[in-house]
Amino acid sequence: MRFTTMAITFWAVLSGAALCDETATAIGDADRGAKMFKRCQSCHELGEGAEHKVGPHLNGIFFRPAATFDDYKYSKGMLAAREGGLVWDIDGLSRFLEAPRETVPHTKMSFHGMRKERDRNDLLAYLRIFSDNPQNIPEAAPTARKVEVVLTPEILAIVGDPEYGEYLATECSTCHQVDGAFDGIPTITHWPAEDFVIAMHAYKEKHRPHPVMQMMAGRLSDEEIAALAAYFENLE
Amino acid sequence: MTLNRRDFIGAGVVAAASLSAPMVLGAGKPRVVVIGGGPGGATAAKYIAKGSKGAIDVTLVEPSRTYYTCFFSNLYIGGFRTLSSIAHSYGGLAVNYGINVLHDWAVGIDRDAKTVSLAGGAKLPYDRLVLSPGIDFVEASVPGWDLSQQNKMPHAYKAGSQTELLKAQIESMPQGGTFAMVAPPNPYRCPPGPYERISMVAHVLKEKNPTAKIIVADPKPKFSKMALFQEGWADHYDGMIDWVGSDFGGDIVEVNADEMTVSIDGEVTKVDVCNVIPGMKAGRICELAGVNEGNWAPVIGHTMQSRLDESIHVLGDSAAQGDMPKSGFSANSQAKVAAMAIRGALTGSKVFPAKFSNTCWSLIDTDNGVKVGATYEATDEKIAKVDGFISQTREDSGLRKATYEESIGWYAGITSDMFT
Repeated sequence: MRFTTMAITFWAVLSGAALCDETATAIGDADRGAKMFKRCQSCHELGEGAEHKVGPHLNGIFFRPAATFDDYKYSKGMLAAREGGLVWDIDGLSRFLEAPRETVPHTKMSFHGMRKERDRNDLLAYLRIFSDNPQNIPEAAPTARKVEVVLTPEILAIVGDPEYGEYLATECSTCHQVDGAFDGIPTITHWPAEDFVIAMHAYKEKHRPHPVMQMMAGRLSDEEIAALAAYFENLE
Repeated sequence: MTLNRRDFIGAGVVAAASLSAPMVLGAGKPRVVVIGGGPGGATAAKYIAKGSKGAIDVTLVEPSRTYYTCFFSNLYIGGFRTLSSIAHSYGGLAVNYGINVLHDWAVGIDRDAKTVSLAGGAKLPYDRLVLSPGIDFVEASVPGWDLSQQNKMPHAYKAGSQTELLKAQIESMPQGGTFAMVAPPNPYRCPPGPYERISMVAHVLKEKNPTAKIIVADPKPKFSKMALFQEGWADHYDGMIDWVGSDFGGDIVEVNADEMTVSIDGEVTKVDVCNVIPGMKAGRICELAGVNEGNWAPVIGHTMQSRLDESIHVLGDSAAQGDMPKSGFSANSQAKVAAMAIRGALTGSKVFPAKFSNTCWSLIDTDNGVKVGATYEATDEKIAKVDGFISQTREDSGLRKATYEESIGWYAGITSDMFT
């Protein structure tokens, strides 16, 4: 009897944890996003028969490189962003929507930006409906965000030693610029420690692709990753 | 040691199983019936039987004694494979895993009594039922065409005699003749399939009948790997292929099998071969089981269970699951998730989070392969695409050859995974 009770408790705790874990999450709430779109539709058309107005129509925008309609006159800023390789994926769109004029200087989109992440996610979930469906076009843009490897509280709770981190980080700085400059290799400075730990474990477990990072993270212990995270988070 | 998510959930299920397993086992050996022996059904049957080591009684119902894979059947048309190289038997599943293989048709499902009726008269009881019957065609999808005309205008979208027929018709076309294809509307089995087929037909004609023409009437404005195919067609088969998408009337089509004519947006063309690939729906047994909504059977992505009956799992082309294309690779991937869920439910074995992937390779010409692939995760709403890749235009010939060689390796791998 006592064993049974313990087993039930054990099961309940674990399955409860398992239930709230998802390996992917929807981009956002498309129904709410449809309402947010009202702010956009004075300039942008969407859906069947949509045409360019003040702004270009937004059908099929996901995975389209910026400024690629021949029949729409873009700002010089947007054309420059295209040259710079801007592609309208979830992150690209979200960054632009958050702060249009900072992300694409001299854009002619006269919108001050959507500061709340939830608002942007919901709007993007709605916009995504009007781009290709991966069931029919497998190369179409993702429709959800992957949730990184879920780690136990024990690993996340390890408090890293920044001094040890500084020592370990000398290896990272061969490729990653410690001052945060981004020049083809992503910046790793000032990441929240938890995000850093999750990312490194994802490489370590080979859930994230990239052969070099898999190799680098693969030989770091949990404590070492925590130490690096603590170091980069608070780097001056 | 890193306790990752998999260990975490697995441990929970084991603990749960220790409570519930005796009840299930007390009822006798659980029975699983699998309908359909393609990449979904054969894989599911194998993984359920293999994983349960005899604790689950598995019956596979498949009418064909020899299974011709739809994937790579275009390469047979193109002369890159023999028919026998895409033919497989079910002996390995019976011998290696003790699966009871019944070559019969499932003709009815009683969901209350949990039994499957076979054309031969038998009734099979089940605890869990797996439906993986592939596709059937939507009636009146292409005006002027129905199944009774499949010998004059083959679909060749279920591999075997239809594929042989289409290949023979292509090879006996008169010099300078015309091959027409009516491409299918979304969603359909194998998104790049019709366009790989066009490439293979062009490859044959370029050698044997270089002045022949190919017309494709397409009800869609675009298709998978479109830029790659169009680049390949221009490079390898310049001027031979005329693709008419829906923006140019490709969706306004009528065929006449007696006259061998195809009308596209009112313009009638006399053709020598006409490959009609009609609109598709879930295999008919899904309709008979009452698990369809519209043309397809909706499923829960985490387990591939029907949203209308938790004792039934629907795999592959028949399932409305979300973002995965209807492909053999997808069905095989889904089968492993379903097998894990079924074993977990019936014997209390470990259940891990569902993981799905797909890659579709296509051959454009000799040693010129391209691919598109993605990974998918189950959300409560659907199976959602989270990441992916596609071959690029202007890739060098070495990479294209390597991609083709990779596809040959994949074919060997997946068919071994299904049948041995």
